[in-house]
Amino acid sequence: MSNEQIKSLEEIFEARIARDEKIEPKDWMPEKYRKTHIRQISQHAHSEIVGMLPEGNWISRAPSLRRKAALLAKVQDEAGHGLYLYSACETLGISRIELYDQLHSGKAKYSSIFNYPTLTWADMGAVGWLVDGAAIINQVPLCNTSFGPYARAMVRVCKEESFHQRQGFEIMLKLCNGSKQQKDMAQDALNRWWWPSLMMLGPTDAESVHTEQSMKWKLKRKSNDDLRQQFIDQTVPQADLLGLTIPDPDLKFNEQTGSYDFGTIDWDEFWQVVKGHGPCNKQRISARVAAWDNGSWVRDAAMAHAAKKEALKIKIAI
Amino acid sequence: MDNNWPLWEVFVRSKNGLEHRHFGSLHAADEDMALENARDVYTRRNEGVSIWVVKSSNIKASNPAHNGELFEPAQDKVYRHPTFYNVPDEVKHM
Amino acid sequence: MKNENLYNYILGIADNSLILGQRLGELCGHGPSLETDIAGTNISLDLIGQTRSYYQYATKISEQEKTEDDIAFLRIEREYKNVLLVEQPNTHFGYVMGRQYLFDVYHLMMLQQLQFSKDETLAAIAKKGIKEVSYHKRFSGDWVKRLGDGTAESTAKMQEAINDLWRFTAELFDMTDADTAMALEGKGVDVSKLKEGYYKEVTALLEEATLTAPEGMYFSRGGKKGVHSEHMGYLLADMQYMQRTYPNMEW
Repeated sequence: MSNEQIKSLEEIFEARIARDEKIEPKDWMPEKYRKTHIRQISQHAHSEIVGMLPEGNWISRAPSLRRKAALLAKVQDEAGHGLYLYSACETLGISRIELYDQLHSGKAKYSSIFNYPTLTWADMGAVGWLVDGAAIINQVPLCNTSFGPYARAMVRVCKEESFHQRQGFEIMLKLCNGSKQQKDMAQDALNRWWWPSLMMLGPTDAESVHTEQSMKWKLKRKSNDDLRQQFIDQTVPQADLLGLTIPDPDLKFNEQTGSYDFGTIDWDEFWQVVKGHGPCNKQRISARVAAWDNGSWVRDAAMAHAAKKEALKIKIAI
Repeated sequence: MDNNWPLWEVFVRSKNGLEHRHFGSLHAADEDMALENARDVYTRRNEGVSIWVVKSSNIKASNPAHNGELFEPAQDKVYRHPTFYNVPDEVKHM
Repeated sequence: MKNENLYNYILGIADNSLILGQRLGELCGHGPSLETDIAGTNISLDLIGQTRSYYQYATKISEQEKTEDDIAFLRIEREYKNVLLVEQPNTHFGYVMGRQYLFDVYHLMMLQQLQFSKDETLAAIAKKGIKEVSYHKRFSGDWVKRLGDGTAESTAKMQEAINDLWRFTAELFDMTDADTAMALEGKGVDVSKLKEGYYKEVTALLEEATLTAPEGMYFSRGGKKGVHSEHMGYLLADMQYMQRTYPNMEW
């Protein structure tokens, strides 16, 4: 194809997206669109399955049967969401194994928030309330993103995730209405998860490299800073309701903007964790690699068995 | 050995009387496993009463580059639709 | 307590579901594929759901101010009545599926009798459980066949798991005092009668899986009387951590 032909295809392509048409896997697409989507969707999928680990950490210790069942169901949903997203990504011509390789080798990124440890039961509350809360803000606009399989996966994810944040908030509420020890546990969890949750919505607009292109392709609808403000504005009243204090002395309602002003985020910490030096980066990846490696003989066996069954079927047919 | 389980497409009928609808895909080594995995992955919230699975490699899909010749010729066949025909108002239930 | 036998009988059934559900829960996120993680979690959730139904019923009988969670989390090790089989660790996926299958076959047979119990609550729980456990058995049985008749490595691993777990199977058919009393009243199942059918069914599937049922082995028992394997203490330390560290709180 000549450069001019490609340019005209690109124009048609961009016009389709501007008209709110969906792009389907077999449609022509610019190479950059394909690559950007593989990167973003797989990062999203990786975040789901690495995200299973910090919460999975408390399944065996959940303090009641009701909580144990809810937590199991939630972590299971995350596996499901990872699966939907990997499938969406695979329509772009890359296999799940290749995507796993990228995760395991450290080439692919996932949400940094999951590199923080879950130290107490209250962390199950804080993760559900704050991390899922921030995730929902990020994800809801993606239900209308331009790439069809991604948009469809996100519709399913958002529908299923609606219970996750409530599950977390309910845990916090119970702690805050409980003993002093329980309330302290809740406050401690909020103290540790608040700032990482704000960072989770991404670097400030000034430092964000992909935003403009992503806006055009509807991979992003609002800037990171806008999303962060939205998250803060909706979460602060919830913390008040719980009777917890947001660990930010500069947090103050601004009558003029109708939003909360907040203190400075420690971006050094953010970049440190992104670059692999957070409290649990190594541990999370090791756990994924171990699961994958230990499962290798199982996956081999299943394929070998399937081949034997297939051969038998053919033999009987003859 | 290549232990990459093949990809399957999953179709679920959410209740009797409706058609099977494409729900998504998954990996499985054989058709029984595909069916079991489909049940566990796609009907956790009581979404289905019947499941079909088919290996993705067995699906032949139309090429979007041929959309013009495949689908546009149907656009002007207005006589296939009831509104093409004039019937007096007095005729009811037709 | 008016009906101590019934109470103990319920716990004898429920504890198996609890401990197996707990073991499967440990695996969530660490299985060989996303699909198997999701499936294993479904089984765990079924088992925990069953446990709650049984315990809730038991709280009504106990005549003490007890909740389902008191029963689940606040007993000492010797008071748990589960069989040794279900507390065995997730050594590798062959053990997980082997343990599951060896239990599922028994579990389904037992529930198929329990659904005719003269105790209406137990009958109702059993009826619901039958559907769940039928699926568990299909799932685990399919996996035993895949691993047994897969690669040379998987055959060896699956056989190793069966060899190790086999000695815990005989206990499934032991009758406790509560079992005997409840069977006499027509409320409980005489599990000793399930033994023959069990070994026939299991042996047939193992054969299909190109595996051998171990013969002439010694059997381990004790779980039903609260004498557990060393694994149990760690499982409970983990499971009871919150309740023990923060007593008398609601979560």
